[in-house]
This record gives sequence, C-alpha cells and structure tokens, in this order.
Amino acid sequence: MAGEVVIRAEGLTKRYGATVAVDHIDLEVGAGEIVGILGPNGSGKTTTILMLLGLTEPTEGRAEVAGFDPLREPLEVKRRVGYLPDQVGFYDGLSAQDNLTYTGRLAGLSRSVIDVRFAAAIERVGLAGLGRARVGTFSQGMRQRLGLAEILMKRPSVAILDEPTTALDPHSTQEFLAMIRGLRADGTAVLLSSHHLDQVQSVCDRVALFNRGRIALAGTVTELAGRVLGGGHVIDVEARGAEGAGDIAALLAAVPGVVRVQPLGGERYRVDCRHELRAELARRLAPAADLVGIQFAAPSLNEVYARYFEEARDAAQ
Amino acid sequence: MPPSRAEGARRRGSPWTGLGAVVAKETADHLSSARMRILEALVFLTALAAAYQAIRTIRATIGESPFLFLRLLTLSQEPLPSFIALLGFLIPLVAIALAFDAINGEFNRRTMSRILAQPIYRDALLLGKFFAALLALTIGLVSLWLLVLGLGLLLFGLPPSTEETVRMLGFLVATIAYGGVWIAVALLFSVLFRAPATAALAALGVWLLFALFWSVLTPLVANLLAGPPEGVFGPRLAFLQTQTVIDRLSPNTLYGETALALLHPATRALGPVLISQLEGALLGAPLPAAQSFILIWPQLTGLIALTIVIFIIAYIAFQRQEIRA
Repeated sequence: MAGEVVIRAEGLTKRYGATVAVDHIDLEVGAGEIVGILGPNGSGKTTTILMLLGLTEPTEGRAEVAGFDPLREPLEVKRRVGYLPDQVGFYDGLSAQDNLTYTGRLAGLSRSVIDVRFAAAIERVGLAGLGRARVGTFSQGMRQRLGLAEILMKRPSVAILDEPTTALDPHSTQEFLAMIRGLRADGTAVLLSSHHLDQVQSVCDRVALFNRGRIALAGTVTELAGRVLGGGHVIDVEARGAEGAGDIAALLAAVPGVVRVQPLGGERYRVDCRHELRAELARRLAPAADLVGIQFAAPSLNEVYARYFEEARDAAQ
Repeated sequence: MPPSRAEGARRRGSPWTGLGAVVAKETADHLSSARMRILEALVFLTALAAAYQAIRTIRATIGESPFLFLRLLTLSQEPLPSFIALLGFLIPLVAIALAFDAINGEFNRRTMSRILAQPIYRDALLLGKFFAALLALTIGLVSLWLLVLGLGLLLFGLPPSTEETVRMLGFLVATIAYGGVWIAVALLFSVLFRAPATAALAALGVWLLFALFWSVLTPLVANLLAGPPEGVFGPRLAFLQTQTVIDRLSPNTLYGETALALLHPATRALGPVLISQLEGALLGAPLPAAQSFILIWPQLTGLIALTIVIFIIAYIAFQRQEIRA
C-alpha cells in the first residue's frame, strides 16, 4: 500500500432487517493508490461506498475516511471525498458551469475559487469551451467527464468512482482511465467499483473481490491469481508438436507442479503452475516437440474472477 | 479509529451547512421555470380581473364603507368570485406545483447521491427546497399584493388607511402560511412517491378532500362523535363544537376564518356564538385590527403548526430513505 491510509474500514457491516448487505468487511486504501472493488450485483459494493461517504449508517463496525468518521463527521468526510455515481445525473436545464457552481457552493467554495477551478477542471476532462452549454445537450460520456470535473474541482483526498465507464465508448473509456491515473498522480486515493475487469486491471494497484457482502479476496492481481489459479505462476508455452496438440497438453499436464493446462488455440498453451517451472517444462517438451516460446503470462483478472466464482458456485452445491 | 456506532453516533457539523446554496439555486430555478411563469400568469390575471370587477362596483358606492381596499379583496361580482376566494382556490395549486417533484425529481434525475455526496445534510436539502418554494410563492404573492394595492390607488384615487394596510399585511402573511401548508403537503408526497405524477395526484387529492368534501364530511363525523345536531331545545352546542373542531383540521377552514376576521372587520367571533356573548355588542361595528389579530391568532398558529407537523413527517420519511443513484 502506498503512503498513509486514507480509507480504513474495520468490521463494517450493514443489515437491512434479516438481510446482510455488507458483512464485517476490512479494507485499507493508501494515499495515491487505486483500489478496484469488484463483485456481482448485490454483493455489497455500493452499500460499502455509501457507508464510506456517510450516506448510510453502518449497523456495526467502524470506518475512517481522510481521517474522519463518516458516521459522526460526514460533512468533514464529504469535504475531502469526490464521488462519481453510476450514470451520473445533472440538472439538464442548467449549463455545465452552473451545475458545478452549485456543487462548488455546497462544498463551501467561494465564487472566485469555483471559477478558477472550473476552468482548469473542464479543460482537463476535455470539455473546454462547453462550460456555458446546457447539460441537457450532453451525451452520457460527456456527463461522466463533467462528473469527473466536479471531483477535480473539489481537489479531494479520496475519489470514489462507481461504474464510471459503463456508458462510455472504447475510445472515451481509454481517455477516462487515463484521467483516473491522473488522479493518482495528484496523490488522490481512488476507490473504483466496476464490472469491467480488464479496465480495473489496467488502472488498479490492488483489488478487493466482494461476494455476498464479504471481501472474499484482496490484493494485487498477481497475488489473487496465486491464490485462485492455484499457483501464482502462469506460463504461456508455444510449441509445435509432431505428434499432435493433445499430446503436448498431456505432456505439460504431467509435469509435477502443474495445476492446469489450457489450450489457447493454435500452438499456444497456458499452464498454471505452483512454482516457476519454465525450465522443467522446456526439458519435458524437448523430445516430442519444437519449443517456439516459453514465458510468464500476465495473470488475468477475468480468469481470477471467473475461477473464483466457479469454485464458489461448486462449493455452494 | 473513531468510536463505533455503539460508542455514540452524534453527528458533527451544522445541519444548516449548504442551506443558503440550496435555497438560492432552487429559488432561481422556480422563478425562471416555465411552470412558475404559467401559474403566476394564471393567478395574476384571474386575481386582477376579480379585483378590477370589485373596484368597478365599489366606485359606484364609494362613500358607503370606510374599508374600500378590504372590500376590493372580498367583494364578488358575477361571473368572477372574490379576490380572496380565488386566492384560496389557486394558492394550493401553485404551492403543489412548486414542490410535488422536489425530492423524487432529484432521484429521477439521478442527482440525489451526487448532491448528498457534497458536505450537506439531508436536513438542509429538504429545508432548502421548502424555503425556496415558500420564497418563490412569497415573491409572487407580494407582487400581487402590491399590484392590487396600486390598482386600488389608481382607480379609487385614495390611499389605504393604516388599519386597512395592517389588515391586508396580516392577510398576506396568512396567505403565505396557507401556501406553506400545501408546499409541505406536496413535499411530503414528493418524498413518499418516486413518481412525480403520483405525488402530484396525491397532493391534489388531499386538496380536493379539503376544498370540496370536508364540509360534507364534518357534519357526518360530528354526528357520529357528538350525537345529532338538533336537540329538544334546538341546535346542540356539543355537536356544533365538535363540528368546528373537525372543520378546523382543514387548512382551508383555518385560512377562510383568518381571511374573514381580517378582511371583514365587523367579524367578532369565529365558530358558534351564544346569545349571551352578544350582550352589549354593537353588531356591525368594526373591531380594531389588534382585536381581529387576537381572534385569528389560533388559526394563524394552527396553519404554521400544521406546516411544521407535515414537514416533520416528510423529514422523518426522507431520513429513512436509502440514497442510491
């Protein structure tokens, strides 16, 4: 974790009657760190965000955001936290500037500070020149950018982004992810909730995987892959076998320490190993095939996610 | 780490933080909205037409009453009802139109979570929206009040007396308080119903209940609670008193009684009057304004109390709501 802890949750719990939405979660996020929170719908991500923002009371446990308790000092927390909800809404009849001036006033900023910060923020999110345009004429992508501009105006210690790229096209998504990295460069801690695992993997330092109100897994993608994919070493092998592809997969699977072999198509295989086995794999393949390449594969969050919930489903059955 | 919930969860920071920003933004929205302009035009045209008709009648009999300006507000001339009757009818509509989508509109626009993620409590948001609607209504009513006064000055060629001005100001305050009740009703339904159309319909339903059906219902309920209206020796006081109490649960009744006592200075009592109370009274002689204010004080405080009670119900309902985009 980078720098001082700006978000800390200990045993945070939220119950709605008999339903446990969030179940004793522990979470820490450091300054300038981007942490992704993942999980299926209803797994407790948004409820956790609302508790951290002071918008809903935890039933149990405690939290600290930017040094303040969201339950007892929500105004102090909200002064230091920028929040971009899923498919952010604005007042369509007002201009971009009037919308952000209103939230700037609510945040306690003076008119002159708002004007200066608005000009800088709107430029940074790529909406320069549209300050006087009515938000009703904006696309969803432009609204998301405007939401980010609102966060930038606030200059927060923590930014909480809930599904910020849901309505964006691929190009806008890449630009938006770059802006999120920009927040990290400013020293802002970012809590990013998303279902787009590749995006989360591309920007997040760590991830927390929510399942049924609990954080089932937390750590870097490599750490999670180590725990979920059964090894921590994923090796991509490209080999041309004279005796057929099935034999190569069998050869690889027979190596002690190999957990799983997954054909990737053509002459490529992905091998999950318990430890570093590149040399051993090469040795075993040598008599039966021509080894074209062997290298560590970057673990994929998609695979980790899919495997975790596959196993969780199997365990439940 | 801060103490847990069990160790004490008293929140810190003023509940009024951000109130000014909410009031300023919402008032500006109201005053510039097409909805408000249409309603203002409707109220102004009908009320001014009623006042003009009244002025034409009064000018023919200008020497008959010392309270020309009060008559201007109370005199009805076919086909238009009096100025105060029109206000009593239109003010609830304007008030409901100002607040029926105050809270549910924020949810539907998906702005609620973004706004409440700013350093502001829900208290300030709800109160700010109430104050903004009340302020917009007040601006409209004061303008109308000044217009009617100006029209009277122009056509009578006489200024209103101090007594009349005080009474008219009291009536203006009562009208604002009456509007406040209906703003609170509309605000409550905007919290309870996520669909603005449902909220508007519910508020209009309450208005119709009090405007049209309350006077039909009150004798029936009073009959059930206090027995028949007529006894062996004529009308029964218990029935009349019960009917009056039930009748006064309606903001329309409270407002109507306030208008009656303030704008008809000869009004000496509101509710059942016994013959013994009339002993020594000069019937038809006007009461001083101060006495009329004493007479309407319970009605005026009743309107304000009703507003506060309805607002508190809306506040509790809003506090219990889950804030999600």
